[in-house]
Order: sequence, then structure tokens, then C-alpha cells
Amino acid sequence: MNYNKLVDNVIKRILLLFAAISVITTIAIVFSLLGETVSFFKEVSIVEFFTDTRWTPLLEPKHFGILPLICGTLLITAGASLISIPIGLASAVFLSEYAGNRTRKILKPVLEILAGIPTIVYGYFALVTITPILQRLIPQTNIFNAASASIAVGIMTIPMVASLSEDAMKAVPNALRHGAFAIGSTKFEVVTKIVIPSALSSILASFILAISRAIGETMIVALAAGSTPKLTLNPLESIQTITGYIVQVSMGDTPRGSIESRTIFAAGMVLFMMTLLMNIISMLIVKKFRRVYD
Amino acid sequence: MSINTTNMKSRKLKSQIFYAIILICTLTTIAVLAALLISVFSKSIGWLNWNFLSSLPSRFPAKSGIKAGILGTLWVIGLTAIISFPLGIGAAIYLEEYSKKGWLKELIQINISNLAGVPSIIYGMLGLAVFVRQWGFGRSILSGALTMTILILPVLIVAAQEAIRSVPSSMRHGSYALGATQWQTITGVVLPYASSGILTGTILAIARAIGETAPMIMVGAAAFISFVPGGIMDSFTTIPLQIYSWTGKPQAEFQNVAAAGIVVLLAVLLLINSIAIILRNKYQDRVKS
Amino acid sequence: MSLKMKINHLNLHYGDFHALKDVNIDITENAVTALIGPSGCGKSTFIRTLNRMNDLIDNVTITGEISLEGIDIKKCDVIELRKRVGMVFQKPNPFPMSIYENVIYGPKIHGAKDKKVLDAIVEKSLRGAALWEEVKDRLHKPALGLSGGQQQRLCIARVLAVEPEVLLMDEPTSALDPASTLKIEDLMEQLKKEYTVVIVTHNMQQAGRISDFTSFFLNGEIIESDKTENIFYKPRDKRTEDYITGRFG
Repeated sequence: MNYNKLVDNVIKRILLLFAAISVITTIAIVFSLLGETVSFFKEVSIVEFFTDTRWTPLLEPKHFGILPLICGTLLITAGASLISIPIGLASAVFLSEYAGNRTRKILKPVLEILAGIPTIVYGYFALVTITPILQRLIPQTNIFNAASASIAVGIMTIPMVASLSEDAMKAVPNALRHGAFAIGSTKFEVVTKIVIPSALSSILASFILAISRAIGETMIVALAAGSTPKLTLNPLESIQTITGYIVQVSMGDTPRGSIESRTIFAAGMVLFMMTLLMNIISMLIVKKFRRVYD
Repeated sequence: MSINTTNMKSRKLKSQIFYAIILICTLTTIAVLAALLISVFSKSIGWLNWNFLSSLPSRFPAKSGIKAGILGTLWVIGLTAIISFPLGIGAAIYLEEYSKKGWLKELIQINISNLAGVPSIIYGMLGLAVFVRQWGFGRSILSGALTMTILILPVLIVAAQEAIRSVPSSMRHGSYALGATQWQTITGVVLPYASSGILTGTILAIARAIGETAPMIMVGAAAFISFVPGGIMDSFTTIPLQIYSWTGKPQAEFQNVAAAGIVVLLAVLLLINSIAIILRNKYQDRVKS
Repeated sequence: MSLKMKINHLNLHYGDFHALKDVNIDITENAVTALIGPSGCGKSTFIRTLNRMNDLIDNVTITGEISLEGIDIKKCDVIELRKRVGMVFQKPNPFPMSIYENVIYGPKIHGAKDKKVLDAIVEKSLRGAALWEEVKDRLHKPALGLSGGQQQRLCIARVLAVEPEVLLMDEPTSALDPASTLKIEDLMEQLKKEYTVVIVTHNMQQAGRISDFTSFFLNGEIIESDKTENIFYKPRDKRTEDYITGRFG
């Protein structure tokens, strides 16, 4: 009996250690980024980092202004959101409010497949299919451009918006829909005035999640967006995102300990902060707008 | 004060236009998936053959093969599975069965959901800084697998937690009533009942790792490997990494090679997902009966 | 007293299940018609056909005729029909918005815009539902903060706000405590002056207290329809008598 209890106790401690790995991971991420970032800021002033409008660490004269990379990241994110948010939300409304069982049985797997396709495949699709189409439509489109990558990132994040928003709308009690129908609402009015407002917090959270994924998306932009850090809002030009830069440096052979290799950790830190901010915003939204059904 | 209903026509029109827009958006999604699959499959025709599956990378498109990528993926994912299964299931057991409600559980749980939102390339940087450099494992399969483990652990833990949570507490009480300890109850009752659910969730988490590219670039998987890995300290390449390298090459023919690589990757994913779905159906049948 | 709605040979199937069998009822204007019967007898299904709420359910087939002031409701526009024939449900279902917004939801979708008009509608409707005095100081507070009985009266006010002609109530007090039930029963007396009321209830005493006419449903059929006092004191059918005297149900 005592032996059994001892085993129970030892196992409990070991399992606690396993569960603690997640916390250790977070700490390790912060410290591994922080270590190299601090070394980086010993050589480059933080003011230059956030105000210089040129990012050319691999070329002479070297400039270390992160703004062009942030700009590229935000350009991709904005473009992707323009696709994923309306189409994702529309698909969610269709699935939750209009589709019959048979239609849903076709649509759900389509979304699941889209969600399961690795991002490298979307990158290929952007470069090999989307870009040539764009070039045919608008001839001055660069072979590497923000628009093509944005579209692919947007497609990739549609399922995220769609399935989370659908779950939220499904959770709205039918009694509310019936109450609105019973005083003469059209379907459009029920959806836009009752269902969507009732599910708003989770819908907004799904938008934030999609935005956060777009910020951190790497392979699509590495393949299709180009590698020219630029302060531009023109989606037809070649740009570079934070993630794209990190990949570019990693694929080359910059000597370890050099300023060039440290730049990726400083850039990674900025990326981590941006996605962390999105996580926090999403938590706040869910807290603030939470509607409680009995 | 009477309310007019003269707006009926425009309201009904609005409702119909709305439906049309919703429908078009939804159909767009299906069309895009079709376009993507057609684009990949049509380009891979003529390139996906035994020669492709059994050759190592080459400078010439026609001679390029995915053998090193397939074996590298198998090594990395196999090792990832071996490391992450016990860790993830153990952590889930702790959170569901042992930990009491309180700050510690809350902290771990918030942490896990936060980690799920961290971009995969950041995990790659962690792997580079810790496994490759600090622990001195270099650009090896081991570094790759450890990085993948850290990456999929949050998803894996959550999936295993859900499976464990679905075990009715009456079953646990039945075991305790016979004088079993907690660990005996877990191994004797909880895990057998939750096993196929855990397996399904963990397999799906592993499937995600197979397609991950960015973290493997960070830990230094090489695109050009002219040998087959023989141990966990060997350098390696993976299927997605091969696709990346071929897609980025200037010769147009390499795009076809990349398409063939994508078909192989999708086939692997389809296989693994099918296994998970079969397990899930089995599991649902048992819960129903 | 004139006829408001007439139901002729109504049959309803859920798939293969024959839920309503050859139902015939006249609904009298400015009166309360109660539908009683044991649970599962089809009375709730029936009341939902009167404003075509059953349209929202798949797999329902309806034959026969329901007419509103002589016009077949199948030929009416369903939106317009539901504006004229409003419905209150078994469980209060206030929208997750403020009390004020709940009441003006209907008038707004039907085209009322003027703030003064809306304010007036809110006061009139809430008074009509005997809720005004209790909520007039917190109109902009969330409706979900109200008690169950208040929520149900708010739902009545929400329907009154679109000025329907007929008010359908599907067991409106079954989820409420006795005090709130009493308030809603008192309200009926007022409501029938302006509206035609049809109420489903499983509570016979309630039907006896508030209604002018009563129809007794059993297994999807109407066994007997008559003035309420006749149903209660001089039932013609043995089954009605058994139900009223509590032998089953």
C-alpha cells in the first residue's frame, strides 16, 4: 500500500515537470530572443532601429531601420485580412444560417482541407498560379509582389475565420432567431441584427487570430513577396516582411556572432511582440464583449 | 404612431442580395481549393514517377528526387513522435487528473493557449539558439525533432486533455471504490477509455508538423543533401524544404519538380489524416454503444 | 363578435409523423382562445402554423387552409404575416441588448426611424405589457439583467411594438414563478381589448381563468372546441371530461 502511494507521488511530480515544459518554453523563447537582441542593441542604437527608414544589414552602407520590414509585414497582413475576413465570415454565415445538412457535409471538409494544406503549398500556389494571373491583369506587376502573397495568406486564413465564427454563431440560441422571425424579420435582419451581434466577441477573436497568423506567416512571403525591404504601400512591388528576412538570412551563410546574424533575433523579437500583442487584444475582446446566455 | 410596412420590397431585396453575396463568397472558397489542387496536379504530371521517389537532389530537374526528403521527414517526425507523445500525454494527465484548480493550473493553461499563437518561425529561432548552438546538437535530426516537439506540444496537450476530459467520472469513482490509487485508476481506467481519442488528437498534431517548413530552415536543415541519413546526429532535409528549394529555383522546370514534391507531401498528409479519421470513427462507435 | 382567423382541415406531417389531423378552429376577434391538452398533443405545433413559424423547420408538410380575415396565409407575404400575427414563446428570449433596443427592434426593421416616435412606441409597448413602471429608469440596461417574469413581459412588449393584430402565446407562463404568472394573466384581460389572443397552456385553471374560448387537443386532433365555460362545465365529449377532471394528462 505504501509502495503504491510512493509510486503515485513520484509519478505526479514527473508529470508536473512535463506540464511545466510549456512554461519553460515560453521563458526559453523570451530569453533566447532577448540574449542576441541585447547584443544587437549594443552595436545598433534602438533609436536608429525604430526610426531609420532603410534596412540593409547585408549590404554596405549598412542600415538597421526595421520600419521597412514592419511595413511589409503590415501590408501583407492588411491584404490578407481583406480576403480572409469577408470571405471567412460569409462562409461562416452560410454554413451556420443557410446551408442544409447535405451542403454542410461538402463544405466542412473543403474548409478542413484548406486548413490542413501546409503553407509551403500556398507559397507555391502564389508564385506559380496567382502571380502570373496578376501579371496578366496588371502588366506592371513585379514577379515578386505583396499582392500575390497577401492573397495566398488570405486564402490560408479563411478556414480559421470561417470555422471559429461558425462555432460562435451556432452557439447563439435558436430562441433568439425565432423571436426575431416572429415579429416579421427577414433572414438578412436576423443574421445581421441578432446572430452576428450576439456572437460578436468570438467573431472578432477569430479575426484577430487570422491577423496574428498573417503576421507570422513565413513560407508564403518568403517565396512570393520578394526580398527588397521597402517603405511602400504599393502591393504590386517586391517587398520583404520580418519573417521573409529571417528566412533569407538563415538560408545564406552569415557567420555566427556577426551583426548580420544578430539582426534576425532583433527582428524575431519584434515579430514575437507583434503576435503577443494580438494575443492580448484577442483575450481582452473576449472578456469585454462576452455575452452570457442563460 | 402606426408603423408603415411599405419598405417590404426593399427589405426582401436586401435579404436576397445578401444571400447571393454569401453564396458567392462560399463558392469562391471551393473554387480556390479546386484551382490549387488542379494547378499542383497538372504540373506534377510526367514528373511524379519512381525515379523521382528514389533519387537524391540534383542540379538537373529531370534527375531530381525526393528520397532524401522522404527519409529525412520520416526520421524527424518519427523522433518527434517518440519524444512528444509521452511529454504531451503526461502533461495532459497532470492537468486533467492531478492538478487542482488554482494559479498553477491557470498559468500553465494560459501559457499553452498563448504558445499556440506564437509563429512557427519563432520556435525555429528557439531551436537554433538552444538545441543547435547551446546544447551543441548542431544542424541534426535531433535538433529538428526537438524543435518540432516544442512546436506541436501545445496542440498535442490540448487534444489529449479533451480526450481525457471525455472519460465519465463515474468510471474513475468505480475504480477508486475498489481501493485503487490515482495512478492505478489512470492507467487502468482513464487511459484505456481515452486511448483512441488521445491517439487521434496526437496524430493530427503530428500531421501539422510534417508540413512545417520555417522552423526546419531555422535549425539549418539543408536543401541539398546527397546522402541518406543514418542516425539522429546526421544532417537532413525534409519534403517541405525540398519543395521550398525547388520552387525558388529560376529554371521553370523545377516548378514541376516542386509540384511532384507537393503531391507526395499531400499524399503523406492524406494517409495520416485518414488513419486519424478511422480511429476517430472507431472511438465514436464505442462511446455510442 | 367577428371572426379573425379560420382554420379548415389542417393537416401537418413531420416527415412520416402525422402531427395534426384535420384541425378546424375559428379564432374570434378581441377574445382569448385557449388551446389545452396533454403534452405532445400538437397544440404547440398548431399555434406555430398560425404565423408560419413551421416554415423554419425542414421536413414539414402542411395541407388545408388557414385564413386571416378571409385571406389564405399561404398567399400572404410571410414577413408581413408575422408582423400582423406576433408570437411570444415558452421561454423568455430577450435579445442580448438593452431593454430599449429590444422593444424598438421590430419597429426599426419595419421602417420607423424618428427618435420621438420610437420613444413613444417604447413607452406604449412597455405600458401595454405592464412593465413600464418597473423598467422606466433603466431602459438602457441589458435586458438579460431582468427577472424571468420581467423578461417575458419584455418579450410581449417587443411583439406589441410592431402593433400586431393577433398575439400568439406558446405556454408563456410555464417557465415563470406564480407571482409573474399572475401578472401576465392579468395582462391578458387588457390585451384582448385591442388584440386577438391565442394561448397554448398546459394549465387548465389558467385556461379557465383567462380565456373566452377553449379547444381541447388530443393526439393531434381537436376533440372539442367551445366557449370556455361549456368546455369546463358541460363538456360534450367523454375524453374532454376525463382530461378536465384530471383523469389523465
